[in-house]
Amino acid sequence: MYDIIIVGAGISGMTAAIYGRRASKSVLVLEGASYGGQIVNTASVENYPAAPNISGFDLATEIYNQAKALGAEFKFEKVLEVKDLDTEKSVVTKKNTYSGKTVILATGSENRKLGLENENTLIGTGISYCATCDGAFYKNKTVAVVGGGNTALEDALYLSDIAEKVYIIHRRDTFRGEESTVEILRQKENVVFVYNSVVKKLNAQKRLESIEIENTADGHTETVNINGLFVAVGRIPVNSAFSGLVELDGSGYVAASENCRTNVPGIFAAGDNRTKEIRQLVTAAADGAVAATQAVNFINNYRYFS
Amino acid sequence: MSVIKVTADNFEDEVVKSNGTVVADFNADWCGPCRMLAPVLEDFAEEHKNVKVVSINIDEEDELAEEYDVSSIPCLVFFKDGVEFDRSVGFRQKEDIEELVGE
Ligand SMILES: Cc1cc2nc3c(=O)[nH]c(=O)nc-3n(C[C@H](O)[C@H](O)[C@H](O)COP(=O)(O)OP(=O)(O)OC[C@H]3O[C@@H](n4cnc5c(N)ncnc54)[C@H](O)[C@@H]3O)c2cc1C
Repeated sequence: MYDIIIVGAGISGMTAAIYGRRASKSVLVLEGASYGGQIVNTASVENYPAAPNISGFDLATEIYNQAKALGAEFKFEKVLEVKDLDTEKSVVTKKNTYSGKTVILATGSENRKLGLENENTLIGTGISYCATCDGAFYKNKTVAVVGGGNTALEDALYLSDIAEKVYIIHRRDTFRGEESTVEILRQKENVVFVYNSVVKKLNAQKRLESIEIENTADGHTETVNINGLFVAVGRIPVNSAFSGLVELDGSGYVAASENCRTNVPGIFAAGDNRTKEIRQLVTAAADGAVAATQAVNFINNYRYFS
Repeated sequence: MSVIKVTADNFEDEVVKSNGTVVADFNADWCGPCRMLAPVLEDFAEEHKNVKVVSINIDEEDELAEEYDVSSIPCLVFFKDGVEFDRSVGFRQKEDIEELVGE
């Protein structure tokens, strides 16, 4: 039995592993993809203390090596279910079942999808959720960005220097993002604003060829030929596997406060998947420290384990 | 076998004219998930001597990337006797790659 099983090897999960090991607890980290989590896509992080300019990959690799050197065990298996048994927690992956005294859910967040037919199969052949990752492939092509927040505006700005033409499709007539960015975009000759509109359909042969846009005010639909659609409609927590285990808030985040405790004793939540105001690397790391320390206290004080 | 670096000059010989299964990894140095995938592919190539794994840097070989219609990386393109039969985009674990090549 492990003292602490951590689900997710993002910045929060790996930091929790460091704290757990430094308190001499046995630690298993289970990760469904690669270590590092969402920051691995970012070429340059400039707000992590003591690392004025570091790539997400390098930052994640430093933390991974640190946790491993301290003796944390990593296994690359996706967790399908966590069960709260009387005296222990059981963590189920495709291949194995592990038992732990405590569990830290550090599963982070992922891009919200539009929910359209074909959307998943067109990822990499016309659909993208990361303008800075995939933008370079759309040199002199026509693209569209969907969304109304800062990410959508910044994506449009980035793409406007690469693509021939950029549509910004937004379901309202005003943006939630910075007005100053909207102003800069208005000056760009190759940027076209499409207000009060939603994408209804993706048309594709081998790759995305056009999209059907519906005007929500008058119901009028129009087909627009594009090579790429960049989706920037926010992020959602990756908690669906735990909805029957711990209490979630109305948006699907684990209802845990700054102490990282869930409503189930011995199960903690850390990082982007938890109800909180600021979702950043330092706050994810901070959560990892808090959750691991709570787990250590739980183990040390729980009469069954002592 | 280890992963072979391929350019436009030898792509034809190493991939298109190659018999059997070839996994072509389109990647770039600035791409984090590509760097995560690289050791996984090395591992895979070591364990599956019957499959050839080649690496194409899209910044140096933009024409190959364009020809194969790569628009997100890491992109793995799977060939059988020189003909593409599948592709996958994003980080993959070794078991996923094994499944994709049918090993
Ligand atoms: C484009 C972008 C740029 C950003 N730039 C910055 C920045 O410059 N500075 C900054 O401070 N923050 C930045 N952020 C925010 C920052 O990346 C996140 O706040 C932080 O990475 C969250 O870490 P986490 O560990 O909570 O979650 P994540 O990084 O999401 O990690 C969660 C991990 O859990 C794994 N997982 C999920 N479900 C399971 C399961 N069932 N079984 C096993 N494993 C599972 C996932 O694969 C993932 O590896 C950025 C975010 C994005 C999207």
